[in-house]
Amino acid sequence: MSNDKVMTPALTLRNVTKRFEGAAGRVTAVEDISLDVREGEFLVLVGPSGCGKSTLLNLLAGLEHTNEGKILLGEEPVRLPGRDRLVMFQQDALFPWLNVLENVLFGLRLKPGLTEEERLESARYYLSLVGLADKEKARPHELSGGMRQRVALARSLAPNPRVLLMDEPFSALDALTRDQLYGDIQEIFTKRKKTIILVTHNIREAVCLGDRVVLLSPHPGRIREVFEINLPRPRRINDPELASLAAKVTTALSSHLNEGVNS
Amino acid sequence: MKLPRPVIPTLLAIAFLGGWEWYVRAGHVNEVLVPAPSQIFKWFYESLTNGELLSATWVTMRRLMIGFAIGAALGVPLGALCARVRWVRDTLGVLALGLQTLPSVCWVPLALLWFGQEESAVLFVVVMGTVWAVVIAVQESVLSVQPLYLRAGMTMGSQGWHLWSRVIFPAALPGIVSGMKQGWAFAWRSLMAAEIFVVILTGFGLGSLLHAGRELLRMDQVMGVMAVVVGVGLLADIIFFAPLERWLRRSRGLER
Repeated sequence: MSNDKVMTPALTLRNVTKRFEGAAGRVTAVEDISLDVREGEFLVLVGPSGCGKSTLLNLLAGLEHTNEGKILLGEEPVRLPGRDRLVMFQQDALFPWLNVLENVLFGLRLKPGLTEEERLESARYYLSLVGLADKEKARPHELSGGMRQRVALARSLAPNPRVLLMDEPFSALDALTRDQLYGDIQEIFTKRKKTIILVTHNIREAVCLGDRVVLLSPHPGRIREVFEINLPRPRRINDPELASLAAKVTTALSSHLNEGVNS
Repeated sequence: MKLPRPVIPTLLAIAFLGGWEWYVRAGHVNEVLVPAPSQIFKWFYESLTNGELLSATWVTMRRLMIGFAIGAALGVPLGALCARVRWVRDTLGVLALGLQTLPSVCWVPLALLWFGQEESAVLFVVVMGTVWAVVIAVQESVLSVQPLYLRAGMTMGSQGWHLWSRVIFPAALPGIVSGMKQGWAFAWRSLMAAEIFVVILTGFGLGSLLHAGRELLRMDQVMGVMAVVVGVGLLADIIFFAPLERWLRRSRGLER
């Protein structure tokens, strides 16, 4: 920062714990998570299944509630879902009864203080940003998986949320489409300087996209290590330097997992 | 060489009607009990030209549409309420499930005692035939809306009435339309039952026409009305429900 004023983090997590009561008894999904997410940071939560990373994202989205600890957006506690934290889901979650443009407009129409023309203009801007300006009349089922995820990205970006939450949005896509989207996301991130939190189990993806990679271990989900990734952008997934960093994270993960088994 | 698809059914229909006509004219059966197709067509033409058939059809269709509209208008919000509130589902939902299995003609005696031989009695029977099927269908389709759509809608700031009208209802619409179709079929059956069994003083519908045919020993009229009843049922499906369902499915990519 240029001055010495302390910036409030975009998101603050303090000793967050979440338990579920299931058929198998009480399961602690995440335990004692504390984390600050800086404004304009691309943070990645990575870990094997069961590490509670999706639960953590749902907590941030306000779709679930913490048992202990607190989550602040700026200085406001997070209680309910809200337009300031939009979510991009694993499946695209586009509404099949609306066309592409109407899907992007859905969130915009819920945003007060805009005229219909401003909403249309904004929707079209974000559609062109993800390269789908010519598809606005198409129905979701007429698009490929990659295109649908792009529309979902445009839909989440259009209302200009303070934080964009992504829940493994690339996991259902083929490798080629995925590589292309890594490029698109980074370009949009650099252009729009948005705070993004991504959840993934793909370590290479985490290192490719994140400014910071938070490694979680399962049963219960805990933060194990935090890696600062200082590679220049745009990063390419096949970059050797990136690959060696990813290998480092993988090694760290397996050592934490073994620790868990032995203890 | 390949024949166009309608050729064989058309030929078979002609052969069937021709055989029937010949069989009756050759005197193999009592003409009073089994009229020839030509007699049925003659009745059809006459009752069409003297306005009898059209006015009866209109009376019946009006009852059907009003009853169905009331049934659907009650059934949709009640079904939504069943899906939304647990204790309503455990009470009204269970009741609806039970009453849906009750053949709607069973409502006729009750309707007559409560409303008399009036229009409202027929409407009551039709509404009872429709509403429970619609309640069940709406409840089931709302409960089976993908949670992902709800989560997506909620994170974009949709809640309450907006969530219902813009996410839940559109997502459940294909199921709701199927339920409406079923409700329509139930309404149609219950209306015919009511019109045949009961003399409704306020209007002479298709069922009454059929009943009158029996009393006058006009089997051409009886069979002709039966054919019209079948035709109306088919038409409702062909011009309304089938295209609506196809459009819903196609626009969502569930069918090519």
